Amino acid sequence: MTVTAPKHSLFPQLEPLLASVSKPIQYVGGEHNSVVKDWDAAEVRWCLSYPDAYEVGQPNQGVAILYEILNEQDWILAERTYCVWPDMEKAMREHGIPQFTLDAHRPVGSFDLLGVSFATELGYTNLLQIIDLAGMTLRAADRGDDEPLVVAGGHAAFNPEPIADFIDLAVLGDGEEACLLISQIMREWRAEGSPDGRDGILLRLAETGAFYVPKFYDVDYLADGRIQRVAPNRPTVPFQVRKHTLMNLDEWPYPAKPIVPMAETVHERYSVEIFRGCTRGCRFCQAGMITRPVRERNIQTIGKMVAGGLKSTGLEEIGLLSLSSADHSEIAEVTKQLADRYEGSNVSLSLPSTRVDAFNIDLANELSRNGRRSGLTFAPEGGSERMRKVINKMVTEEDLINTVAAAFSNGWRQVKLYFMCGLPTETDEDVLEIADLASKVIQVGREKSGTKDIRCTVSIGGFVPKPHTPFQWAAQADVETIDNRLQLLKDKIRQDRNYGKAIGLRYHDGKPGIIEGLLSRGDRRVGRVIERVWREGGKFDGWSEHFSYERWTQAAAEELAAFGIDLDWYTTRERGYEEVLPWDHLDAGLDRDWLWEDWQDSLDEVSVEDCRWTPCFDCGVCPELDTEIQIGPTGAKLLPLTVVNSSLA
Amino acid sequence: MSRQPPVQQPPPVQKLRLRYTKRGVARFTSHRDFGRALERALRRAEVPMAYSSGFTPHPRISYGSAAPTSAASEAEYVELGLNERCDPQKLVAALNEVLPTGFVVLDAAEAVKASLGDLLSASDWEIRLQGAEPGVLAVAVAAFLEREELTVERMTKNGMRSFDVRGAVVAIRAVSDEVIALRSLQQQPLVRPDDVVSALRQLEPRVPEGLPLLTRLAQGPLEGNEVADPLRP
Repeated sequence: MTVTAPKHSLFPQLEPLLASVSKPIQYVGGEHNSVVKDWDAAEVRWCLSYPDAYEVGQPNQGVAILYEILNEQDWILAERTYCVWPDMEKAMREHGIPQFTLDAHRPVGSFDLLGVSFATELGYTNLLQIIDLAGMTLRAADRGDDEPLVVAGGHAAFNPEPIADFIDLAVLGDGEEACLLISQIMREWRAEGSPDGRDGILLRLAETGAFYVPKFYDVDYLADGRIQRVAPNRPTVPFQVRKHTLMNLDEWPYPAKPIVPMAETVHERYSVEIFRGCTRGCRFCQAGMITRPVRERNIQTIGKMVAGGLKSTGLEEIGLLSLSSADHSEIAEVTKQLADRYEGSNVSLSLPSTRVDAFNIDLANELSRNGRRSGLTFAPEGGSERMRKVINKMVTEEDLINTVAAAFSNGWRQVKLYFMCGLPTETDEDVLEIADLASKVIQVGREKSGTKDIRCTVSIGGFVPKPHTPFQWAAQADVETIDNRLQLLKDKIRQDRNYGKAIGLRYHDGKPGIIEGLLSRGDRRVGRVIERVWREGGKFDGWSEHFSYERWTQAAAEELAAFGIDLDWYTTRERGYEEVLPWDHLDAGLDRDWLWEDWQDSLDEVSVEDCRWTPCFDCGVCPELDTEIQIGPTGAKLLPLTVVNSSLA
Repeated sequence: MSRQPPVQQPPPVQKLRLRYTKRGVARFTSHRDFGRALERALRRAEVPMAYSSGFTPHPRISYGSAAPTSAASEAEYVELGLNERCDPQKLVAALNEVLPTGFVVLDAAEAVKASLGDLLSASDWEIRLQGAEPGVLAVAVAAFLEREELTVERMTKNGMRSFDVRGAVVAIRAVSDEVIALRSLQQQPLVRPDDVVSALRQLEPRVPEGLPLLTRLAQGPLEGNEVADPLRP
């Protein structure tokens, strides 16, 4: 491998290779708002990554936020790296070029920290790919003092056990303050002469109770394969690691200047997170459980961020993001005032419409004043009323039909409905009710619009139980059950003579879901499966053309046999109250007994309200983490735009 | 309700033509990548663009013949339709503040009557062939100049095509052991500098196999034997 001094750019070696690979632009950086800082002037150097191809990773909001926050500090430097495609990997390996950053084309292995954001567990093989291509040691335990600390973040980091062998550190929760705290601890440790090497810094981080260092925790197993106990192996390391919660989001208006990609990516919009957290209490939703409590940005911050983001990026599309954007306490004012401000310009506003009520149609109308009304998306998630009670998605069929009726009366011609299949207690009949629902949607659509030109697209995927949710104990439905129910649904829709042709069905087969299930609720023993799959060429598991179910099942069968367990043990097995779950020592603030009660309530089809509008139901998060709900309304108006006279005449 | 008649946009009040570079990392942008980047830079610079009419109005931008992806350039051209008059030099300065790395606007001028497509009829290229043995390129170029016609094949989206390369070459010489200077016409079918390299390789197998690094140095109408400035023809 070519020896390269850390501050050296690899670009001269890269440049001749780039002309021969597909879409070289994704590897070169240089995008507007990217930052190149002086290597020697920085005390702490981060390489941030989203472990997928640039086109998927670049739009990630988490990486964008941390990139800005870190680079704002004059003593910190942050660059980015993404997964390279196989043609580029081959060229790099042939020419001895290691994984490099886009910003200054520096070798990833020369940074102090490699921060990897996991939105999905299917990125784990890509993590191994990045570490290996960087020329780093694959297993954290074997890494030298001069190698970066590998830091996992993002939602999947709430159970990092399957990748515990490969990471040095996991951060739970909001990264804004956490990344600065890690940097600060590293800076102080350095100033003292880096005492005790790699373990020295890791111990300092672990002792705070705010960072999870897997190597300082031992896992013991029972004879039947279940976990007996997870306990720290150092006296100063706490039993529990707690998540980070950022309060007062108005004080953290990031990203303000996100990178504007040169290459085409999956989302090319400026996104403002209008609030973080969700207390709707949907039982399948890991995001809603682990990001509590709800913390809103106020209308003035949102307005400022939108104006600033448009100016700094030149993008024309604005996304008002959150887990359920229509639930912002001033969403009507926010959308109306923004729509007023940008009416007649080419700026378009969007918000992910998932709530099923007529109010959502008013919002959608505001956001489409230009008259283009292509499609609306709703997520009833469960096909039958009973299923929706089980998952606590409190939408009645009447709500849904009234909502789509309002949509069709307002000129919309297409609705998309999201569902899940394989939910706890689900039967074939529950799934088949989706077809009835879709038929009713078409029927009411034709009535209200007076045209037959109405479409309903049903999008359905297999449910994967996630850690830190009431369904963390549930049995995942097996591949055959999922695929069979999808087939039955497909047949029923096709047999519907009146409406079947107006209903589109989009679905994913059950196989990737089972592997996601293994990785979601896996423990440290699953690390061997991941490594095996990666060694056999597995990567880009989120891409159907790269994902190989057979490679995963075979690796799981062979690697797990030594422990007397198998793939089914991790996925389709229901867990009991007493069982120690691999993530029990990682504290998302949720009271374990509350989660268990909610799981029992789910089986009894008992629903739970939203604590924003009803009394606290003691999920535990606010008292446990000393946080609180932060919502409006503020009654404020958008601040006027500052008009700069920038005439080019 | 669903379809409102599109607003008819007024025609541009001014058309400016720009010369810009693709340097360093920017050489790897495709024509489409640059299009998106330019539109965003124009909005960041608050350039008063004229828009096309219709349901999805687009800023009025016409692109001149674009250098292929992975070729660097000192002479790419684009025409902007504006809905307010702008001072060309102020526009250049404003755009250069906000363009991504490697794109630099070098010049701007009011559009003349002749279309950019007609004006951009010839280019000067630098072709760098790393690792060429001393003298090999000179031998290949000499052999090339002796021919009146030379057919090469290239895979296009319509399949394998063969076409004459020699007719498009106005001038060619080996500047050094690794560098060739090429002056060629932009005609149909388009003869690219790498097609010329393929032809040289046919004549002299020692011409290196690797991909040549291309840089367009000038582009414009052929006047006499020189490539003239297309902004001020």
